[in-house]
Amino acid sequence: MARNDLQGSLDLLVLKTLSQRGKLHGYGIVAHIQRASDELLQVEEGSVYPALHRMEQSGWIRADWALTETGRKAKYYKLTAAGGKQLQAAEEGFEQLVKGVRAMLRYA
Amino acid sequence: MALIRRIVNLFRRSRMDSEIEAELNSHVEMRIEENVAAGMSADEARRNALVRFGNHVVMKERSIGADAALGLESVGRDVMYALRQLRRAPGFAATAVVTLALGIGANIVVFSVLNAVLLHPLDVRDPGSLYQLRHKAWATGRLLTSSYPALEDYRRRNTTFSGLVGIDAYSHAVLMWRNAPYNLSGDEVTGNYFDLLGVEPEMGRFFHEADEHGQNSAPYVVLSDAIWRGAFSADPNIIGATVDLNRHPFTVVGVTAPQFHGTERFAWADYWVPMVNQEQVDGWSGQQNRAFVAVTVIGRLKPGVTQQQATDDLNAISAQLEKEYPQSDDGQPLRLIHPGLIGDTGDVIREFLWSVNALALLVLLAACANLATLFAARAADRGRELAVRVALGSTRGRLARQLLTEALLVSLLGGAAGLGFAELMLRALNRLPRAAESHLAASIDARVFGTGLVLMLLSALLFGMLPALQAWQSSPLQAMKSGAEQVHLRRFALRDLLLGLQIAICTLLVTASLVAVRGMQHALNAPLGFQPRNAMLVDMDLGDWSQTNDALVSKQRAMIDAARSTPGVTAVGTVNRTPMRGGLHGIPAFQPGTTDFKVNNAVLVPYLFSISPGYLEAAQTRLLSGRDVTWDDTPTTPDVAIVNETFAHKMWGNTSAIGQHFIVNGNLTEVVGVAEDGKYHDLEESPYPVAYLPVAQAEDSETIFIVRSPRSASEMTAALRHTLGAAAPNVTVGMQSWSDVIEGELLPARAATVALSSMGLMAAMLAVTGIFGMAAYSVSRRMKELGIRVALGAGRARVMQSAVGRPVALLLGGLAVGLTLAVLAKPLMGRIVYQAEPRDPLVLGGVLVTMVLIGVAASWIPARRALRVDPSRLMRED
Repeated sequence: MARNDLQGSLDLLVLKTLSQRGKLHGYGIVAHIQRASDELLQVEEGSVYPALHRMEQSGWIRADWALTETGRKAKYYKLTAAGGKQLQAAEEGFEQLVKGVRAMLRYA
Repeated sequence: MALIRRIVNLFRRSRMDSEIEAELNSHVEMRIEENVAAGMSADEARRNALVRFGNHVVMKERSIGADAALGLESVGRDVMYALRQLRRAPGFAATAVVTLALGIGANIVVFSVLNAVLLHPLDVRDPGSLYQLRHKAWATGRLLTSSYPALEDYRRRNTTFSGLVGIDAYSHAVLMWRNAPYNLSGDEVTGNYFDLLGVEPEMGRFFHEADEHGQNSAPYVVLSDAIWRGAFSADPNIIGATVDLNRHPFTVVGVTAPQFHGTERFAWADYWVPMVNQEQVDGWSGQQNRAFVAVTVIGRLKPGVTQQQATDDLNAISAQLEKEYPQSDDGQPLRLIHPGLIGDTGDVIREFLWSVNALALLVLLAACANLATLFAARAADRGRELAVRVALGSTRGRLARQLLTEALLVSLLGGAAGLGFAELMLRALNRLPRAAESHLAASIDARVFGTGLVLMLLSALLFGMLPALQAWQSSPLQAMKSGAEQVHLRRFALRDLLLGLQIAICTLLVTASLVAVRGMQHALNAPLGFQPRNAMLVDMDLGDWSQTNDALVSKQRAMIDAARSTPGVTAVGTVNRTPMRGGLHGIPAFQPGTTDFKVNNAVLVPYLFSISPGYLEAAQTRLLSGRDVTWDDTPTTPDVAIVNETFAHKMWGNTSAIGQHFIVNGNLTEVVGVAEDGKYHDLEESPYPVAYLPVAQAEDSETIFIVRSPRSASEMTAALRHTLGAAAPNVTVGMQSWSDVIEGELLPARAATVALSSMGLMAAMLAVTGIFGMAAYSVSRRMKELGIRVALGAGRARVMQSAVGRPVALLLGGLAVGLTLAVLAKPLMGRIVYQAEPRDPLVLGGVLVTMVLIGVAASWIPARRALRVDPSRLMRED
């Protein structure tokens, strides 16, 4: 359960990033998450890649090799329609979880 | 699709590896760049980037894992789940696997035979452009096409073939090598044979057109690889050595490659000699005689020429030849066929094999219908379970996938068992003496294996689709509320259809097998006009006496007397060629007084046999009137002949033939006897005219001795060797029982009977399990209802009717459909079975009885269970 939840939230962050920023490579996604969360979320940067590949195989995102602004080759990821739906579902699920946890914390 | 991509990825691991490596590295590089831009030193920037990235190897492995294995994990779960389900219902699983094993096994067996015979072309260069020339009618020999002079004319005048070869495939010779005799049979061929076929020798060289310089100018012999390895133990010394071939010195120039056996699929040549040396090998030669049609002609089309153009070209030449040689060439139209399967017999073989394969597919279809019913019934029983799982959030797609996985698993298990079963069957088949002799060698190669795999997948789809579809459509709410009951009653229509289909197929196959059995019976009882049982064929090389016809005849007479003196022998005679072994060709016969011996003026084109006195008695061909030939019929006395009934009837109608005359081979011949009709080529032929000439007045020098005796073949072989050896020392004697020789003729009928009977049997078994399954299922489902009926006073008949009425109605419906199909399929069956007649009352009766027995056997137990319903106990339960 715990593993799934962590995985779930990383997926959510990646999908959200891609929905906001369009096409991005792995490094860009990590950098965005760190910036947007005011450096609060500190994950091992490499752990985004297994997640990206898994989501690519599930058809949520699509990848293409392209050149960066500095002329480096990088793999760019993009949200698919299925990914958009998944993002919506994940956001709702997360809201539920937060609501539930908050209710628990207030219950005392 | 994601699943397929992941499986594909499994095989592309190294490429994926480098791609992911590149992706991860580009991340680290970008971080370093940014660090440097933020003011770190190069070393520091790199160290910081690596630390922030985490364990590089682990990240890479996990990414690869995500690409390749993740999807398989869930497939693995489905497979494990399916295995658990099957283990929980071992009876069901075993029935399903065995049913499929039989269905798929039967298909693999028949397909590997078809594959071996039809799908492997001759091992020569470009076999597709090779064609065999065939006459339309009177030269009905299986391979024969043309006379040697006519072949030369076709070779010179045609514009559509890059070459024509002539083959005499009926050559026999005794080869003497280091004082040991070897009895061989082979092909006499024109010099361009090997070059035109485009084959290379394994050892030594082949002979070529340039080696021939007229009669007996090319004493070369090429041995087959099989004979060289078998009879001569692969002795390299024989290459280049001089051997005696029927007492004439020949040089062994080479050995063919192991995969080359000549131009016939079933009859492999032991040797090849140039046709110009025919006189030495056969003792005489018909090469100057335009009327002697004994050459098989095979040609290779020029590139770009169509079969039709070539046929037109040949027919134009044939018409020219008729004008130039009206006495011998009749201008019959020619046609082209692919060589390899005994001339036109190929069509029969092709049709037979394809039809048997079609029937095997029908068996598999019946098996699938059977399994579909089983699986659907099971899915219906599990309706509540499936409904619960849908309610708990499992997707319908996933349930359907799981049910399909189960079907696939059963199908693969059944297919594997079927492959094993087929392998055993094929080994047994290849060990049969007939199959070994005709080099059948059917085996499971890549093509057969692939076909088997496709069949497994298709059957899984066929019988797995139905329950999967049910799972897809089921409404959980409905199923939970009502249990399986209602769902299942509504689906009865489809299941009825499946059972009806199964019964129809079963009826069709049972009819086919009964028709085949009847055909076999006809074939075995067909009057042959001779009796092969209790007779030996003795082949003696009397070449030493063949200098004059006189000497040969007197030696033959001496040998007949010697054989006759052997204890137990009741009759002995000789004939130039025994019937039903091929190689016969008609000889034109004319009315007395004819002066213009054009072929088209011939009244009849009978087969001629040259016989010794006593042949008819030894062969047990009945002499209906007149006398047998005698030793007093010599070249100096008037020419006489015995004719068969058809000959007599066609020439002289109802007036007695004895004392009448006709002209054959240019001689005015008097009919002295009339013998019964017989079969001369095969069982299917219609009555054909035949004339028997006394051996002393005939031109043919070949002789076979027929020795009749009630003693067993092995006893006779020993006894005859003793007496004949004493009468003619140093003569090689070959002996075979006539029944064994003729057995080959009955092989197609036997094969058809065995193939069709086993399929009929399998279909019958499937029908029994199908009907039983359905009746038992419906009885167990309706126990409570039956109990109420009994309690309300329903009679036994009513209970029976509601219990097994539906299966019985289906049985009758399926029977009607199946029989109609069988009668409609008569032309098809006629191709593969001797005298097929599905409307034969015995066959129809047999089918009815079989199907009724099947119905009774299958519904007996369920019906009894229904009758024993105890209402009071049933009502208390549940």
